[in-house]
Amino acid sequence: MKFVQTVIAVLAILWIAGCSSTGDSKGDDVAVEEHSDGAGSGFDYSDGAASSGVGGYNQLNIEELNDPDSPLSRRVIYFAYDSSEVAEEDRDLVAAHAGFLAANPGVSVVLEGHSDERGAREYNVGLADRRAQSVRRMLEFQGVAPEQISVVSYGEEKPVIEGYDESSWSQNRRVELVYVGG
Amino acid sequence: MNRIVATFILLASLVPALSQAELTIEITQGVEGALPIAVVPFESSATQYVPTEDVAAIVASDLRRSGRFAPLAEEDMISRPAEASEVRYPDWRTLGVDNLIIGKIEPGDDTDFRIEFRLFDVYRGQQIAGYSLPVAADGLRHVAHRISDIIYEKLTGQPGAFATRIAYVISETIDGNKQYRLQLADSDGFNPKTLLTSRQPLMSPAWSPDGRRLAYVSFETGKATIFIQEITTGKREEIPSFDGINGAPAWSPDGRSMLLTLSRDGNPEIYHLNLANNSLQRLTVGGGIDTEPAWSPDGRSIVFTSDRGGSPQLYRMPAAGGQARRLTFEGNYNSSADFSPDGRNLVLVHAEGGHYRIAVLNLESGLLRVLTDGNLDESPSFAPNGSMIIYATETAHRGVLAEVSSDGRFRQRLSLRQGNVREPVWGPLDKP
Repeated sequence: MKFVQTVIAVLAILWIAGCSSTGDSKGDDVAVEEHSDGAGSGFDYSDGAASSGVGGYNQLNIEELNDPDSPLSRRVIYFAYDSSEVAEEDRDLVAAHAGFLAANPGVSVVLEGHSDERGAREYNVGLADRRAQSVRRMLEFQGVAPEQISVVSYGEEKPVIEGYDESSWSQNRRVELVYVGG
Repeated sequence: MNRIVATFILLASLVPALSQAELTIEITQGVEGALPIAVVPFESSATQYVPTEDVAAIVASDLRRSGRFAPLAEEDMISRPAEASEVRYPDWRTLGVDNLIIGKIEPGDDTDFRIEFRLFDVYRGQQIAGYSLPVAADGLRHVAHRISDIIYEKLTGQPGAFATRIAYVISETIDGNKQYRLQLADSDGFNPKTLLTSRQPLMSPAWSPDGRRLAYVSFETGKATIFIQEITTGKREEIPSFDGINGAPAWSPDGRSMLLTLSRDGNPEIYHLNLANNSLQRLTVGGGIDTEPAWSPDGRSIVFTSDRGGSPQLYRMPAAGGQARRLTFEGNYNSSADFSPDGRNLVLVHAEGGHYRIAVLNLESGLLRVLTDGNLDESPSFAPNGSMIIYATETAHRGVLAEVSSDGRFRQRLSLRQGNVREPVWGPLDKP
């Protein structure tokens, strides 16, 4: 328990530091963390602005989300090229989030859909929306109330990595689960 | 393919007072058979104000950018007439010039300046046109583009589209923060003005048919929202938005309604929005992605991108809804359609072998013609006279704007010195 509190405190400090460096003030709300890198591949999320899209994060101090040993700490799902199908190996992850949301009806999640840079921008918004909608359908199928879920599709506009080969593109084709409320 | 690569680099510094514009125009594919023309530097007798723009240089640059004309270099001119009586046709015939433009700038009566210019047919030895235009000191560039329009129309029979504007989006990382700007510029990329700055993505600018407003998508609230903004006042309003996609706005030719993409029913579909009463009508059905609607100039039909056949392709359907007919069959990726002003052609993004390029589809013959040779060319938009297409391309992983003539013979890049430029859209013709 003490460890979890420390993680929260450290993340809160990092988050506040990120905010002050970007001048993006969201008041005194303490976000659990802005993002999880899911696969643990060491993305740099220290820039708070990279994920400041959803305003009004409310107080959300649910320890389960912060436990690095919990599957809930992974909040990014990756997709194959031109595909909106959740991969077999990610289904348990989606199910874990579904279980958490179903057990916490006061918590909401924003599903942010993203694509790689190839192809038309609005078509990519469509593709990224389809990815987020696949995750939405799986969550709803597993008992999450539709009101707990919203979808924002950014298409190719917010890459995690500004790279120009498959290794970057594969990291950019993703759905991020961003928790709100609590 | 006709590949005579003439590379002229027109640095902004060649023209006085343009150094702040930070713009480079590089002709990447020239044309055989561009008509030789001479634009003699305009003589200025204005005393109270000194013209801050080289009007003749702007006209020559416009004509060169059209791909139809090859202006004579100033240093090759034998004489520099400013009056009709000073024109010696044999001089210009010797230089192989078909047409000659001379002019002068004088103090105006009610305005800062008065520009007089004349267009000559060198071989017939006669004047084709002569105009006198009043102009304010800050309107010199605009009047220069108007002069280019007049000359272009006299010599080609088509209206010019130089005195028009383009809108586009720039993204830039400033002090580690991403910044997005919606910008407006003259059709040659000069006079950029920022209409909106945001830390969140801005997308899909679309001109109202009267050129007074722009619709666009902004993620500033953390959700996708379509705004309509008045260009002169900056006043803007939101149109009703829903969960999921609110994107791809396209105005109807009469400006009274808009097509857009919503995913509120769980899937990207195209909707018709009546702007008078905000009533929505869904036009597409099916489980795939339907997006990027474009309205035919006569308002009767729409074209959109759909992956209903397994890959993104273009489809056409009546504007009121109904049966959709597939238009593209070559390649596994055809998207981002824009109608030519006469409604006979579509410009689109065509991908084959991982290369995304600009192509034109003739709607009567079904013939597809690839116009560019980039790897990530996108967002094509026709000039309002149909002569050119502006699009976004990449050089050294940086987004820049480029133009290609609608026959594919002439290409050029417009490079701003900073930022990633994308999604150019060409505004309507300037109505005097």
